[in-house]
Amino acid sequence: MKVSLFIPCFVDQFYPQVGVSMAQVLERLGCEVDYPPGQTCCGQPPFNSGYWNEARAVAGHSLKTFAKSEIIVSASGSCGTMMKVFYPELFKDTEQEFEARKIAPKVHEFSEFLVNILGVRDVGAKFSGTATFHDGCHGLRELGIKREPRELLKHVRGLELVEMAEAETCCGFGGTFSVKFPSISTAMGEVKCDSIAETRAEYVISNDSSCLMQIQGLLDRRGQKARCLHLAEILAQT
Amino acid sequence: MTAYAREFKRMAARYTSDLRHRGLIQRALKGYETKRDEYKGRYQNWSEARQAASEIKWEAINHLDRHLAEFITKIEARGTRVFVAGTGAQARDYIVGVAKQNRVRSIIKSKSMTAEEIGLNEALEHAGCTVFESDLGEFIVQLRREKPYHLVFPAMHLTRDEISRLFHDELGSEPTDSPEELTMIARRVMRKNYCAADMGISGANFAVAETGMISITENEGNARLSTSLPKIHIALVGIEKIVPRLEDLALFLPMLATAGAGQPLTCYNTLYGGPRQPGECDGPEQFHVVLLDNRRTELLADPEQRDALHCIRCGACLNVCPIFRNVGGHAYGTTYQGPIGSVITPHLRGLQDWKHLSASSSLCGACTEACPVGIDLHHHLLQNRRNAARERPSLSEKILYAGFVFIMRHPVLYRLSTRLAPVFFPLHRLVKGTFFDPLRAWTQTRDLPVPARQSFHAYWNDKMSNRKARHGGN
Amino acid sequence: MAATDQRNEVFARIREALRVPAPHRHAAPAHDAAPAPNDGPPASDAFRAWLPAVGPSLNDQLVMFAFNCNQLRTELRTLASLDEAAAQLALLARENNWRQIASHRHPLVLPLAEKLALPTLLTDDGYAIPDLERCHAAITGCDALVAQTGSILVSSGSAGGRALSVLPPHHVVIAQRSQLVPDLAAALALARERYAPNWPSFLSFITGPSRTGDIERILVLGAHGPKQLTVLIVP
Repeated sequence: MKVSLFIPCFVDQFYPQVGVSMAQVLERLGCEVDYPPGQTCCGQPPFNSGYWNEARAVAGHSLKTFAKSEIIVSASGSCGTMMKVFYPELFKDTEQEFEARKIAPKVHEFSEFLVNILGVRDVGAKFSGTATFHDGCHGLRELGIKREPRELLKHVRGLELVEMAEAETCCGFGGTFSVKFPSISTAMGEVKCDSIAETRAEYVISNDSSCLMQIQGLLDRRGQKARCLHLAEILAQT
Repeated sequence: MTAYAREFKRMAARYTSDLRHRGLIQRALKGYETKRDEYKGRYQNWSEARQAASEIKWEAINHLDRHLAEFITKIEARGTRVFVAGTGAQARDYIVGVAKQNRVRSIIKSKSMTAEEIGLNEALEHAGCTVFESDLGEFIVQLRREKPYHLVFPAMHLTRDEISRLFHDELGSEPTDSPEELTMIARRVMRKNYCAADMGISGANFAVAETGMISITENEGNARLSTSLPKIHIALVGIEKIVPRLEDLALFLPMLATAGAGQPLTCYNTLYGGPRQPGECDGPEQFHVVLLDNRRTELLADPEQRDALHCIRCGACLNVCPIFRNVGGHAYGTTYQGPIGSVITPHLRGLQDWKHLSASSSLCGACTEACPVGIDLHHHLLQNRRNAARERPSLSEKILYAGFVFIMRHPVLYRLSTRLAPVFFPLHRLVKGTFFDPLRAWTQTRDLPVPARQSFHAYWNDKMSNRKARHGGN
Repeated sequence: MAATDQRNEVFARIREALRVPAPHRHAAPAHDAAPAPNDGPPASDAFRAWLPAVGPSLNDQLVMFAFNCNQLRTELRTLASLDEAAAQLALLARENNWRQIASHRHPLVLPLAEKLALPTLLTDDGYAIPDLERCHAAITGCDALVAQTGSILVSSGSAGGRALSVLPPHHVVIAQRSQLVPDLAAALALARERYAPNWPSFLSFITGPSRTGDIERILVLGAHGPKQLTVLIVP
């Protein structure tokens, strides 16, 4: 199966290991992986701020970049949602509406792709430690992904998964929200970190690096020891 | 930034730093969640029920003219006086007028957010009437001269100790730490007021078009007393409260209770179809229904967000909203708090003044998931942001995004910027967290990730050239 | 200044607003949702498939009604005869030290209330509010009992007016077994059959004794209405 990696801008720059791990896992599972080189940002920051003309300009670039891809696998549930759910809305009644509608069904979040498209549950990963899983809101509520990452983690040898009470509660990142309303964003993150602390897990795993940036930033500031890892980074361990 | 936005940010900062307050709200709502899930679990199919509720409200709102006209005809036929008010001021004037005409001095009121919306108590007090809030939570916040904290739980921000002190100071009661004793104190005070009131004022949860009745949902019995004993009953009803058929209530009443309060059904669900009818032994001599527009038609005129008028004011979206759970109800500065308030307030009170509430959301979608009538709440927040920026863009964001677009449309520039980040990162350490830190909004409370030495893009390029070299070597 | 009715203006605004149709959007999908296309809103019969299930037999429904009463803290007594009901009422009167009661002229209720031989206020011909407020208990009839929710449907006619069932601190309902209906939809249908188009001005579903959770979300019974609710089911 030919698969194009969609590595969002902040993953490219801050968490390249996530992309590396994704490529490893996908190649190990026999996918032919490519990385359309022109990719930059999905356009979510201006979109979420209400600047839809600007968002269309950036998103239009993505549409071109991925025009030839058959399957697009995103490292982030949120950026995947942007392409899958919001592009059709963003380009509604514009010239590019057709392209937006065409690309939407090709976009998959990583865990959902593995479980639902490749039909894999056990990727042969080994990782020792206790971990808790954070559901990124976009993945959870826009894409309906809840079971898939847990299925994959259940089959990782040596990993013990402990659910936190606030798994489905937003971490408070929310893109530009996190810097426009830092006090609220931080309070939300603190609720998340308290819930993580209750589980005594060593690792916090998610399928969204943007949430993990917020959570790790707070964990570090609060002196909590838990480390954040993207699902792909766990699945790549053998 | 408008004065409202500044005030919201100030209040949000104050409430989020109050850990005791946050703990109180989170604990109270945990209890609600457990009960709500238990009763939702008894439904054979909650999502189908939700779907049906959404469709019924769609029908009601999208044929509002027809259903409202039917409601008026039917309820007037039983001697009810209907007044249609275009604005809050017209509704207030009418109600004050009825009070004056009938020489009303004492008014007993059961909980109504619509009355809050139009500042009815203030208008009546200004006209020389005394207004007693009869719902326990409303009574408490009235004694504190505060606004309700939550659509459904007006006093959820207070502990029993605070309420005991309040009752001691205002009513002269003995201090107690028993919620039951506190409730009985309020009961005793209110009993006198019911019996002496000249007029009762209520809101309504539903208005049934086909039979011409209003439906009021409550637990305490205060609305029933307020609408049974006084000689005059005035119900203030938003025009969006319409449901087409009586039997629709068989669905809405239990869903409202389960979604809103974590109950299978609230204690009293009462239908009022007129004043005391011939052959009836009690009930008011006059029954007035005031139907209120107050810019609801502006929301109606926006087909994209028209479904926000489906709202049955259950409060479920507040209860699950992580913003509400951290800033609380008083930070919003609106009649309607939480996600539904953030969606509709810009329509009811001006987009530019209230757009900050739509911006103040992580768009997590917990509200939309919780809404029993399926309002697309968090997407409406996005649409409000778009409408606000389209109508009056901010210069700084315009400039910011112009630069952003330019870089993101040119992969070469984008990659250059990613190479610059590691260079700037050590410099950033010098100013981190200080006034000069451009990333201060983040770094004051959170650490920043360290930019990687090699971006994924660079990694992939290396990998590809190695692969080519290997293949070339073979 | 007298306010003038704005109905023409408001209706004009409504019609103008509705000129652009709204998308017939289905409820935003929760992940367990399976939105199905549908023509027009569903009928109330359809609700039964989604709301909490109610057993088909009368006995199922009695068991469910009893279960709900227990959860709601409604006292339920199922009695084999009218004499037993009278004895039960007498017991309640003794236990709760009733000295004056209120009731109404109801063929099932009044004979039982009269057997208590207590000073009894009848609301049928009107009453003074303070007199009713002084009564220790109200004994009323009802229109229906609802198994699904443990509710009692009352109306102006079936329960002696609006206030009788809510002002005294103890409300006793006398109902016949045959008055039990499965759910709210059935209760509303029954009310429609009985009253339409001459609806009473007041119809209410009473579901347990009056309650509040306004102080720290802790349940307290008897907020403003009755602290006790007793249902006596007679054959």
